[in-house]
Amino acid sequence: MDSNRSLHYPLHRREVVEQVLSQRGTMLVVAGLGAPAWDVSAVGDEALNFPLWGAMGGAVSIGLGLALAQPSRRVMVITGDGEMLMGLGSLATVAVQSPPNLAIVVLDNERYGETGMQTTHTADKVDLASVASASGIPTCGTIKDHDGLRSVLPQILAEKGPVFFNIKVCAENLPLVLPPKDGAFLKDRFRLALLGNNAAC
Amino acid sequence: MSQLDFETWSNGIFQILLNQKIRQVAYVPDAGHLHLIRRCQESERMISVPLTTEEEGVALLAGAWLGGDRGVLLMQSSGVGNCLNMFSLTKVCRMPLLMLVTMRGEWGEFNPWQVPMGQITEKLLTTAGVLTFPVFASGMLEETVDAAAKMVFEGPAAGAVLISQRILGAKTFEK
Ligand SMILES: Cc1ncc(C[n+]2csc(CCOP(=O)(O)OP(=O)(O)O)c2C)c(N)n1
Repeated sequence: MDSNRSLHYPLHRREVVEQVLSQRGTMLVVAGLGAPAWDVSAVGDEALNFPLWGAMGGAVSIGLGLALAQPSRRVMVITGDGEMLMGLGSLATVAVQSPPNLAIVVLDNERYGETGMQTTHTADKVDLASVASASGIPTCGTIKDHDGLRSVLPQILAEKGPVFFNIKVCAENLPLVLPPKDGAFLKDRFRLALLGNNAAC
Repeated sequence: MSQLDFETWSNGIFQILLNQKIRQVAYVPDAGHLHLIRRCQESERMISVPLTTEEEGVALLAGAWLGGDRGVLLMQSSGVGNCLNMFSLTKVCRMPLLMLVTMRGEWGEFNPWQVPMGQITEKLLTTAGVLTFPVFASGMLEETVDAAAKMVFEGPAAGAVLISQRILGAKTFEK
């Protein structure tokens, strides 16, 4: 195992997220805790973002519940490899439900960035796209460079889901861009923007 | 508990869930939920979501609520332990979470491996800030699920109906 290889990956996480979200339209976004939440916030703090500050292992499940509730909206889950590894079972649950509007993007830096850049299992043998594929998610892939990203962007944004892309990104520490952290505020803001007057329960 | 009793109270709970406009039904199966799960699977007004672990259900129903859906999580008491950290999501976001928990390790349990978790299920829920509604007689089930659902969705709050082993009948392995 070369635990330092991800220091040299050509794709940078913020440019990946920028590209995915620059054409977001009416998309609903769930961001996994830590760096993915900061990356999404760096593009813009939006009401229809749900950036997590905890709930490790739950990002994909949150996206699934949202996708089932809102079948006419694209739901994009953007999360980290560490977060994804904690919730591998949720990929199997997604495959069984097979929501056509759900896309999952893992920013795989092969590290637990938030806690000191320790390597995750993906720095070793684990291949998340193969896990997703073997779980039964029909469209899966691993992206390693700019050409790859360019070619799958249309699939990430619009292909009939569920789709899963593991994007190998450079392990780097970036300036924090923090979204609001009051969960009740994030939830109310999201529901108000999505459901309007029906947001009050 | 006779088969007829079992189906009667399961149907009663199903009707309450329909009245409460529950749409997403997440579960890890337990024998005590057998008939209810079947009814939910057959309903066109509900989406059944089998899980690989109960904590997925807590996160799933948070997403459901963000999208405007009401849900319910069905599990046995051992699953409560799998959910604990994820309850933070429900709490910090002030979201509703309705759970129907069939108890094991609580009354006449034949499997000692169920007892440690069964004995702390209600304490853990209470410690996590989840409202608990223990039920020991099948005649009280329907009204308790209704009362719990009202407090959960009007709170919003997390609440768990704990269905006693006295109702379900202590399981044995027939030899
Ligand atoms: C249940 C739980 N275990 C551990 C942590 C500590 N923790 C916070 S962020 C994180 C790492 C996340 O890593 P990853 O998803 O790969 O994101 P990135 O490397 O992009 O920061 C960990 C382990 C936590 N918050 N919750």
